[in-house]
Order: sequence, then structure tokens, then C-alpha cells
Amino acid sequence: MEFYRSHVLVCGGTPCVLEGCKGVRDALIAEVKRRGLDREVKVVETGCLGPCDLGPVIVVYPEGTLYQKVHVPDVPEIVEEHLLKGRVVTRLVGEGLQAGVVKYEEPTYLGVQERIVLRNCGVIDPESIEEYIARDGYRALAKCLTEMKPEEVIDAVKKSGLVGRGGAAFPTGLKWNFTARADADQKYILCNADEGEPGTFKDRLILEGDPHSILEGMAVAGYAVGADKGFIYVRGEYGLSIERLGKAIEQAKALGLLGPDIFGSGFSFDVEIRKGAGAYVCGEETALIESIEGNRGEPRIKPPYPGTEGLFGKPTVVNNVETIVNVPPILLNGPDWFRRFGTERCPGTKVFTLTGDINNKGLIEVPMGITLRRVIYEIGGGIPGGRGFKMAQTGGTSGGCLPKELLDVPMDYFTLPEHGSALGSGALLIMDDTHCIVDIAECFMRFFEHESCGKCTPCREGTARMRGIVGKIARGEGKPEDLDLLDELGSAMQVSSLCGLGQAAPVPIKTMLRYFRDEFESHINDRLCPTGTCGT
Amino acid sequence: MAMVTIDGRRVEVDAGTTILDAAKKLGVDIPTLCYHPDLAVQAVCRICVVEIEGQKLLQPACAFPVQDGMVIYTNTPRVRQARKMNLELLLSHHPQDCLQCVRNRNCELQALAERFGMREIRFEHKLRGLPEDHSTPAIVREPDKCILCRRCVSVCQDVQAAGVLFPSQRGAETVVTPVFGRGLDEVACALCGQCIHACPVGAITERDDTERVWQALADPNKHVVVQTAPATRVSIGEEMGLPPGRIITGKLVAALRRLGFDKVMDTDFTADLTIIEEGNELLKRLKEGGVLPMITSCSPGWVKFGEHFYPDLLKHISTCKSPQQMFGALVKTYYARKAGIDPKDIFSVSLMPCTAKKYEADRPEMCDSGYKDVDVVLTSRELGRMLREAGINLGDLPEEEHDDPMGISTGAAAIFGATGGVMEAALRTVYEVATGSELPKIDFEQVRGLDGIKEATVRVGDLDVRVAVAHGLGNAKKILDLMREGKANYHFVEVMCCPGGCVGGGGQPIPTNMEIRGIRGSALYEADRGLPLRKSHENPAITQIYAEFLGEPLGEVSHHLLHTHYTPREKYPAVKKAVCSEAAG
Amino acid sequence: MEPAARNAGICPAKIGEILQKYSRRKDALVAILHDVQKEAGYLSEEALTEIASGLDVPVSRVYGVATFYTLFATKPKGEHIIRVCQDAPCHVLGAKAVIEALEKELGIPMGGTTSDGKFTLEYTSCLGVCGVAPAMMINEAVYGNLTPERIPLILKEYK
Repeated sequence: MEFYRSHVLVCGGTPCVLEGCKGVRDALIAEVKRRGLDREVKVVETGCLGPCDLGPVIVVYPEGTLYQKVHVPDVPEIVEEHLLKGRVVTRLVGEGLQAGVVKYEEPTYLGVQERIVLRNCGVIDPESIEEYIARDGYRALAKCLTEMKPEEVIDAVKKSGLVGRGGAAFPTGLKWNFTARADADQKYILCNADEGEPGTFKDRLILEGDPHSILEGMAVAGYAVGADKGFIYVRGEYGLSIERLGKAIEQAKALGLLGPDIFGSGFSFDVEIRKGAGAYVCGEETALIESIEGNRGEPRIKPPYPGTEGLFGKPTVVNNVETIVNVPPILLNGPDWFRRFGTERCPGTKVFTLTGDINNKGLIEVPMGITLRRVIYEIGGGIPGGRGFKMAQTGGTSGGCLPKELLDVPMDYFTLPEHGSALGSGALLIMDDTHCIVDIAECFMRFFEHESCGKCTPCREGTARMRGIVGKIARGEGKPEDLDLLDELGSAMQVSSLCGLGQAAPVPIKTMLRYFRDEFESHINDRLCPTGTCGT
Repeated sequence: MAMVTIDGRRVEVDAGTTILDAAKKLGVDIPTLCYHPDLAVQAVCRICVVEIEGQKLLQPACAFPVQDGMVIYTNTPRVRQARKMNLELLLSHHPQDCLQCVRNRNCELQALAERFGMREIRFEHKLRGLPEDHSTPAIVREPDKCILCRRCVSVCQDVQAAGVLFPSQRGAETVVTPVFGRGLDEVACALCGQCIHACPVGAITERDDTERVWQALADPNKHVVVQTAPATRVSIGEEMGLPPGRIITGKLVAALRRLGFDKVMDTDFTADLTIIEEGNELLKRLKEGGVLPMITSCSPGWVKFGEHFYPDLLKHISTCKSPQQMFGALVKTYYARKAGIDPKDIFSVSLMPCTAKKYEADRPEMCDSGYKDVDVVLTSRELGRMLREAGINLGDLPEEEHDDPMGISTGAAAIFGATGGVMEAALRTVYEVATGSELPKIDFEQVRGLDGIKEATVRVGDLDVRVAVAHGLGNAKKILDLMREGKANYHFVEVMCCPGGCVGGGGQPIPTNMEIRGIRGSALYEADRGLPLRKSHENPAITQIYAEFLGEPLGEVSHHLLHTHYTPREKYPAVKKAVCSEAAG
Repeated sequence: MEPAARNAGICPAKIGEILQKYSRRKDALVAILHDVQKEAGYLSEEALTEIASGLDVPVSRVYGVATFYTLFATKPKGEHIIRVCQDAPCHVLGAKAVIEALEKELGIPMGGTTSDGKFTLEYTSCLGVCGVAPAMMINEAVYGNLTPERIPLILKEYK
């Protein structure tokens, strides 16, 4: 490998792509060459670097300087000043990020963020398997195939305490064990990359930024449970993810890291991509299976569970992208290492996506159990314009809304539910005090009404009714008894809906009724929207 | 085995039994709506939810298997609240005009509303305003009444293999409809009406033709003749509150006379006639190397299904008309002449267990008498309505005989209404006609019963005749696919469109389920045993009609009046011709 | 010009090719619908019928699948399809004003197609680019950090 004095990483995540990062990358390459630096400086397009609202973003190593909102006309200055003269172009280093991101790997930033899942995102060229391998890529798979028995792999994952990161928090090792024990001629590994939870884009960034880690995790899972075939179900809107994943599969096959007889171990594993077509409910594991089988994405009755009877009726492990990406480091470093992060009940890290009224929007990876306050004010840089915090929705649109009294609650899969919310996919939507509870509630329910598959009564009818009632309240036509009806309807949906969609759909409204009931009441009783949003 | 506790009482059941069935064993009646004992479990209505100790979520009793030690509660406040809420949600989208609905007092949704004492619906009442489908003479769809239980989808896909009804769109927009929202007349629908039996409400019903019959009965210039199909005599009692399987042939005849029909004759007579014609057709095909296997043609749902899905196999179907249409052709020729009535004054009504018969009567070729051979087809349910309106109580009536000259029949005709019955009736005649000797044993047990496909080999002279019987189009499909592959090594195949045969027809009383189909079928075999004549060729009225009118089986008159032809139809609805984008671009 | 001019149709032969690519596997239906739509612009009744016939499944099932997923269109749409997100993260940052600007600029309501057949405006669920909310997609391209002021400028590229 040639030695380069400097590496310039150009973020190739979707938001940066749409802000024109490709042009910036090409301009950098041309300018570096023009200046005769092409033997010393390497320009690499990489996966998402995190601060998505500041794109295009580039980072210059070894210094780790992050430049934001870089456009083609800025390129000559960066090359001239930084790469030639070693001086930081201060005007392109963001104000909102002083503490955190100026130096990308500066200790203060890492002090909060722990990178296990995102270990390679923004560090390597996602289209280069060599760079992935150079960062210990496929070593976990090699270790499993050559040194470990499948039971030992499952045991390590069990000991690590890893739980599913898609939202349900089911212990991953246990899940694998069900499928490993099932007797069948064919088993499958499914990677759930149908990321549809509003406010969530972590899986996309992993797909775009580190696709090989997914393939490696899936292969390890396949070895552990005895599956030789995997599918990645990616939502249809994620064009770039599908493209990069496809390339990664080709590369891995070319090097014999996927395909027959990997590492001469006798273990074979193949991965196929399946593209979704616009249905949030397909994130539910059995709906996803239906979709892969070519059907309407309607959830199945459970039991039987996919672990014993899943895709094409065969035992199937369904894991979320983030869960799978945790697997290789756990096997490489051991379960005890993994347990050093996070909390006793929820070891490891969690990737959050920060959206809404927050200065630093984007992707972060922090230990489980971090408080909302630290995320918003330390990492997220607080709320724009110094406005007041009103509420945060954790876990995406199917999560609960927490008021400022709960800013210090530790965020993990077990504590948040005690407050009526959920960690879910890790989406954090911050809302300042200019927002109206009823208006936001209607927005949530509009989503569920649109995404309900329509199979079971409580979800199909309930989401539409909830939306109708909330809309009525917003228009100033609500009745006092509507609030109890909403609550009662919500409870029935939570306990009697067929799948997680209908069970979770009332969660935001229920928490809003719990923490912000007075605001609903003023819409109903006084025909008044306190924030002036609804025009009642 | 699993020991479970339901509402404090313990019961032992096989592991994997559903909570619903375990509860039944204890006499606990868990309410259901989308559940149907004969169909795939849907678990979508969420009415049957119960609470399981240690679980946060309620579970549907119809689908959830018990485990040893499970403790279940079926009436906790949480359970009751969820059930009532789901019911309230369904009712808020359902028409509230129960009094005008054909399923009034025989509606599962209405029964639940009553059971739960639903006195108030707190949601704004909203109908979707979906268009009704009156496109066929057989089946009417009112999608606004649909509660999306998907039972009709299951029967149409899984049981009948027709694939006509399927959910489209999603969420609150979901509708169960023929493809592209077309009418049933435009898709490959057999019009079997099994979806009507599946429907818990009034979203799918038969077309009601009672008014036309009332009018004809009131018209002094009309000579109104009715024929009674084999399967109706063991089911019509259910319309009048009698238990399934009561044989009430004589009372039915009496009731029809009291309604005002001028002549009450019997489809069983033409069933016997069918056996003579079809039996001879089979013998001819066997002798002359005709197309084999030959398939029965009595079931118009099957015939239409065959025309849509197996147009390449139509030459296998017997050219015999169904007994209904043979009767229709004869009533306006043979009977008209014998009775000295101008056929134009005859109004021919048939009482059928079937919705597809309405379509069959309307087929353009069914006018061989020079008039429409069958003017109106009434299903068992429609006749039930007429009898109730007229205040005729079957129980109070004497037993009366069918009218001549088409009123005498044999036991072989009676069993036409059960799966395997046509085959058995045919074998009784074919054996004796071909060999000239008497059957050693008249009962062909191998072709009876509710197995989906039944096979038998019968020695007739020096030929082993291999036969098969299928009921339900899904089972028929299996045999037809084998035929296509050249692997069906049969001489004669009976196909009945509906599960159980005509006793389970789409026009039969509601409810019709597998258990009731079985009971009605057994009653027909009982009727057969009780009749003095049990072979079609021994029917004196048949001998008479050949002597007086038809001449000989497969003869010229028969050919003209009793045989028909089939029309290849599309499997997919007509769509405009595709144009190449290159050519258009 | 007819709004559906570019959706004139698709050769049965072309559909046959696509089906062959997936070895006529029934489980590949979603992928097949993607490919046919890409080729034909939308999934017409004739295309769906051709697919059903080629896979030997009821056309009702193919139609049921096609109408389940929002990325599939069974009716002709405009030349450019604008999908706007109005889920919570976009809503919070002003998606409503963006939608109003789009409706005003195009002169059509959400769900509509312009009379010249150029644009169809519709709602999409979260596009997963919430870091740059509010966001929308025009055909395959994503646009973020939208403001009402930017809308006319963006649309100009497509007019």
C-alpha cells in the first residue's frame, strides 16, 4: 500500500450527495492533481460523517479537521491553505460545532461518542473492500469459521447481552439459538434494512458507509445458526444503499468472502438484495418476509415465529442492520469488551439520529443509558435560537413524547417504556416550544393512517379514527369526551392489534395525553391553540 | 397434552390446540367474527382476543395455540374493552340499515352487536360509498357492508382456486374486490357463491329474483311450473327453522302448491334422464375411442370455471345439459304438448341450491325449446323468503307427491345433490346397460364422503373403469392439472363446483359449513335407501319419455334438446391491447 | 399532449424478458413490478395481466400487491413525480409551507397531476434524510433543507 501524507474524506451520504459532494470530490481530485499533490494526498469518498444538515462535509486527516458546507469554489482554497500550507481554513469550520466536530476524532467529542457500529462510517471508502479489510474487516468471520464452533459463536453473542436494535430489543443470541436448534434443510438470515421510522436514517448511513460490516455480520449469523443464504431487504427509496451494497456483495464474492466454502471451512454463504416498494409496515419482520415472498406486506400471525417458521416456511433469523453490524466486533473483541459499554441490562452503544429543532442534526453513536439532556445539549448543541425545549419524541413516530421533566431519564430499552415511551430505532425528534401538541399529534396519526396495512381492525380503523378525532380537535371542533375516547381507543389498539405497528401507533398520542393534556383541553374547552398554530 | 386453565377451570387438550377450541371443550363460547371453522385462520377482526397470564398483549383465541400450564382469561375488563372497541370501530363503518338487509337476523356482526349490547357508537358514522356490483345474474356485492374479515378471499383462493376476490389498496382504503375493481361479469368467476357462505354479513348475496316469481304467480295468463333440485329437499327446512338434514320432499311439494305454482315437478326426473344420456355418452366414448376421461357437466359453476381456466379441456366435458336445463327444455316442449299448453304461456321456475344456476339459465344457448328454457332460478334462500312471507309453515303441511309427467324419480337422482352421487348413479346404470346383468352391490361406498378427491375402479364387463370424484374447484383443479400433463388415467370424472356437492351449493341456507354439508349429504343417501327405485334406467317415466318423445338416448331429439356445447373464455379480464413503447414513442 | 404520453405501453415481449430474468419466480413479484414500472412508467392493467399470466398467478393477487406499495403506480402519472415528506421531522421544520409552495407553484393539490402531464405531486413517508429536513424526492433525486423560496428554483430544472 502506498503511503499518503494526508487523506481527505468526502462524505458520500445521501444528504451530502444532494448538496453536491460529488462535484466537490471531483474538484478536489483535480485540484490535488493540478497542484502535484496526488502522490501525497488521497481523496476518498466515504460514508456519512454524521452532521447531515451541514453538507457537503469533508474531513482532512491526520488532523481530523471537519469542513462543512464545502462547495466547488471553496476547493482551491482548501487545497492551497490546508494541504499545501497546513493552515486550517477557519471560515469553513462550523460555528455550531466548536466543541464537538472541529477535530473529528478529538477526545472531547469521543468522550461522549463511542464508535462500535459506526466504526468505519466516514473513515473508509465504502466501495473498497480493501479498506474494510485493513480495518480488521472479515477477521471476525475468519475467527468464527476457523476457531469457533457455531455454539460458541451463539454463546459469545448471548454473553455480550446484545439485544435487537430495530426496536423490539429481543436478545440476539437467544433469537439465533431458536433457529440454530430448529431442524430444517434450509435456513435463512434476513437483514432488515427497511428503515422507515420517520426520523431514522442510521441504517441508510451504515448501508452507504460500511456495507461490508453488514455482510460480515450476516455471514457470522449464518454460520452460527446453519444458514447458507441471506437476504437484505432494503427500502426502495434507498437507491445509493442498494448500489453500494450490490458492489460490496460482488467484491466479497470475488475474494471468496461470500459464496462457497469460505476460508476453506466448508461453510458457504450467499447474500441477495431485495428492494422494498414503499411500505413502512414491511419493517415488521413477518411483513418483510411476506414482501420477500412476493406478497402484500401484511404481517403474519405469530406464532409460528420466524425463528422456526419464517421465509418460505423455513427457520429464519431476522436482524436489524445495526444489530448485525455489532456482531463482528463482539466476536473479535469478546463479549466482556462489549459489556464495558452501555448499561448492565443494555450493553453496547446506540446509534441515534438527531432531528427537529436542534443545532447539530445527524447521526451519533453513544453508550446506552445516556440521558436526553446530554444528547440535546452536549452533542446536539442545544436548540436553535435559544428557544425553549418543549418535548422530545424518542424512538421515531411510534415512540412517546417526553416533556422537559424527563430530560434526565436514561435512554435504554427498559427505562423509557416505564415512562410510556420507547427507544425504538433511536430516532430523536426535538421540538421547541413554538410547536402545538395537537398539530404534531395529527401529523403522527396521519403517518400511521397512511402506513397501516389494513389487515386487522384496531389498526386499520383505529389509526384513521384517531387521526379524525385529533384533526377535529385541531380545527376547534373537539368535544371534552374525545380525550377519553382517544385514550380508550389507544389502549385497545395497543393490546389487540396484530402487529407492532398498530400496537405502537397510539403511543405518541397516549404520552401526549399524559404529559400535555392541558393543551388538548384548551383546544377543546377554550377553542384556543396556545401556540397559535392551529388557527382554532 | 397440555393442561390449561381457562377462567379458573382446568382442561386437558392436545398441545397446539387453539385457545378457542380448548375453551369450547369447557363450554366457554369465545365470540368470533373473522373465524370460520372451514377456512384458513385470519385472526384479523380481533374480536376473539383473550388475556394470557404473563403477557402484556391480548391474543386471538382463534389462532393462538395453548401451552401446558397456560392460564387464560376470556372476560377481563381489558378483554371486554378491546372487543367492544373493535366492534364499535367496525360498526362505525357499517351501514346501520339492518332492517333492510337480506342478512337481517342472520348476520354475525349483528349478533355480536346484540351480544355485546352495543347501544352507542361514539365515532362519527361514515360509509365509504363504494360502488355495488350488480353485473351478474347470480351474485350481488355491496362492498360498503364489507368488514374485511377476508373469509371470502380465503374460500375464493384456497378452496375454490378461482382467485377472483382479493384485497387491494391498503390501510383504511383496503377493499376486497375483483381485480381492477371490475364487476364479477368481467372476471373469471364461476359464480359458485361460496363467498356468500363465507361472508358473515350482507356484503355478498345472491341476486334476489323472488319478485319476478311473485309476479308470475299472480298472472292468470301464466302457467307456472316449478322444478325442485335434489339438494333442496334436505336443506329447505333450515330456512324454516328445522335442523339440517331433514328430508322434507313431500312438504316442499305441498308448500310450493300453496304458494300457487300450477305444477310442481322434479329436477330429479331430469337427473335420471341425465344419467341415461350421460351414461350412454360414456359408453359411446369408451366404445368408439372418444375423448377420455369424460367429465360430468351438471355443475354450472364447474362448467364456467372450466371454460375460463381449462378451455383446452372442454372436449372432455360431457355434452349433456344439466338436469335443470334438460327440464327447462322439456317443460316447454314435451310437457307443453302433453298438457296442451302454449309454451309461451309457461313460466318455468327452478328451485336450486345454487347461484351459478341463475347464470346457466341466462346463457344464450339455453333456449332450445324456442323460448327461455328456465325463466327464473330461485335459490333455497329465496324460496325460504317467499314461504316466510306467505306464512307457509313447512312443519304444518302434509306430504304431497310431485306432478306428472316429470315428477317420478329414483334414488339415483336423489344422490345427485351429494359429492360422488352423479358418479354412483351413473355407475349403477352404465354397469347394467353395458353388461345386461344386475349389479351385485348397488352402493358405491368408495365415491361417497367428504374427502376432496375420491377414486375407484369398477369392473364393467371386461373393462376396469377408473373413476375419480372431486368436489370444490380447488380439488377439481388438481385433477384437471393432471389431465393437462397427461397423467390422469381415468375414464370418467365427476366434478362438483361446491364443497360437499350441491348440498353445499352457494344458494343453500346460511349457515352452510362442512358439518352441515355432511349432514345434508347423508340425508340424501338416506332418501336413496328409502326409495323403491334406485337406478335411473328403471324409472318408468323415463321409459315413457323416450317412447313418447325422445326416441332413443343420444338420438336426434335428445341431441337438440338435452345436449349443449361450451365456450372457451378468458382467464383474465379483457384489457386493451398492449402497445410497444418503442412503436408509440 | 396526453398526460400519459410516455406511458404508452409495454411490449409483452419486454415483460417476458423481465420475467425470464427472475426465472418466472412468483416470489420475485415485487422486483418484477419494479422493473416493469421502470420500463413502462406505470403498471397498467395490461402489464399486470401480462405479469400474472407469465407467473401463472391470479391477476387479482398481482393487482393486490401492486396497490399495496406506494412506490407502485397503477395509473399514469406525470413525467416527474414529486414526493414530499410531511412526517414529523419534516413537519416540525416547516414541511407545510413547502407543500403550500409546491401546490401554488404547480397549481395542483397534493395527489394531483398538472394538466400538461409534467408533474405529479404526492405524499411520501419518511425518506430517511431527516438530517436535512424538510425533504422531498423528484424522481430519483432527493432535495433537502427545503424552504418555500427554493421551490420555484428547484422546479425550474424540470420545466
